[in-house]
Amino acid sequence: MANSTERLIERLVAEAGPVRRLRPPAIRAGLWLTAAGAAIALFVYVFADFGMFFRRASDAKLAIELIATLITGIAATFAAFELSLPDRSARWALLPLPPLAVWIGTSGYSCYRHWLSFGPGGWEIGESANCFVFILSASIPLGVSILILLRRAAPLAPIPVAAASGLSVAAIAAFALQFFHPFDVTFMDLGVHVVAVTIVVFAMPALERLATQRLPRQA
Amino acid sequence: MTETSDTESRWCGLMKAAQDGDKTAYDRLLREIAPFIRALAMRQHRTPDWIEDAVQEVLLTVHRVRHTYDPNRPFKPWLATITQRRCIDLLRRHGRTSARETSNDTAYETFPDPRANRPMEVYAAKEGLDEAIAGLPEQQREAVELLKLQEMSLKEASDASGRSVGALKVNIHRAIKSLRARLIGERTGGE
Repeated sequence: MANSTERLIERLVAEAGPVRRLRPPAIRAGLWLTAAGAAIALFVYVFADFGMFFRRASDAKLAIELIATLITGIAATFAAFELSLPDRSARWALLPLPPLAVWIGTSGYSCYRHWLSFGPGGWEIGESANCFVFILSASIPLGVSILILLRRAAPLAPIPVAAASGLSVAAIAAFALQFFHPFDVTFMDLGVHVVAVTIVVFAMPALERLATQRLPRQA
Repeated sequence: MTETSDTESRWCGLMKAAQDGDKTAYDRLLREIAPFIRALAMRQHRTPDWIEDAVQEVLLTVHRVRHTYDPNRPFKPWLATITQRRCIDLLRRHGRTSARETSNDTAYETFPDPRANRPMEVYAAKEGLDEAIAGLPEQQREAVELLKLQEMSLKEASDASGRSVGALKVNIHRAIKSLRARLIGERTGGE
């Protein structure tokens, strides 16, 4: 063995102490979802217009869209926690794709319906700007909190983890948005959602790199 | 039980003990896994230095993420994934370095100040140095002989010469200044 490797082993052993093992990723993902869900439920309970929401929720299309958005968020959260560990399959990244396809499909259908009703007026940005601000604002606390948990795993391939966690927080923020959304998704609205979700997904790797440069906490 | 499964269960046990703070187990584990990592690294790297770099990178990563290992799962896939990822990172780093940097073998021998590029012979010329020392005033020559050539401490030199420590300090300082001026003067005068 090379002398430098020998010295490195001696140094690592000298500074090694007991470490606190990570809990299984499914449990950690479940805990985060519970905490995020409680915070969102409180926010929705205090501020949401339930009358408007229940009127819109009677539409089967909105119900499917809501469920697909929520499942995308949950699946992406589980994927992010699984992918953060070295020995888990990369195929976990595929988990949120089916509900994501349903979410995009139902949103696209809403756009089409809106375009039929309003014609070129459907391209006006209108209240979509508020949706953009809402998704970004809700994603910040959710993103920071999920990063705090993910950084403990010090992921070796941060980009898929960051992308999955970005999709997770963006989907959950979009789900919460539906409780404050007085109209169906328009073309402009869908564009704004896509931009906001993309910003969150691509901003996460940079945050992830900053967050994962740390040693494990000693027990 | 096969040798492979023996190794697997032993490494798994050693890592579990290491996570609980057993330094002996950790030392044994790192020494045992180093050849395994080296064998994996050799599949992706050819240069011995790169292979050793990869082994060290993997050991550092194992140390940093050792809390992520679940003792209920096999150890080798965990280690093999870390090794594979670190080898790829290293290949990328080497690729970037070789694309952007050029090796200059004379860089360590050449400095902007021309006086710093003097050949070693100038400093190694014992005769010239002896001559320069012999040309110093008596007290300065004595200070150089005791403090520099015989490597005495200031107190020992003071006892041996009967001069005060302060006087020795002044004389050695003046002697070094004179020697430097004379040797550099000879060098630049000769160019």
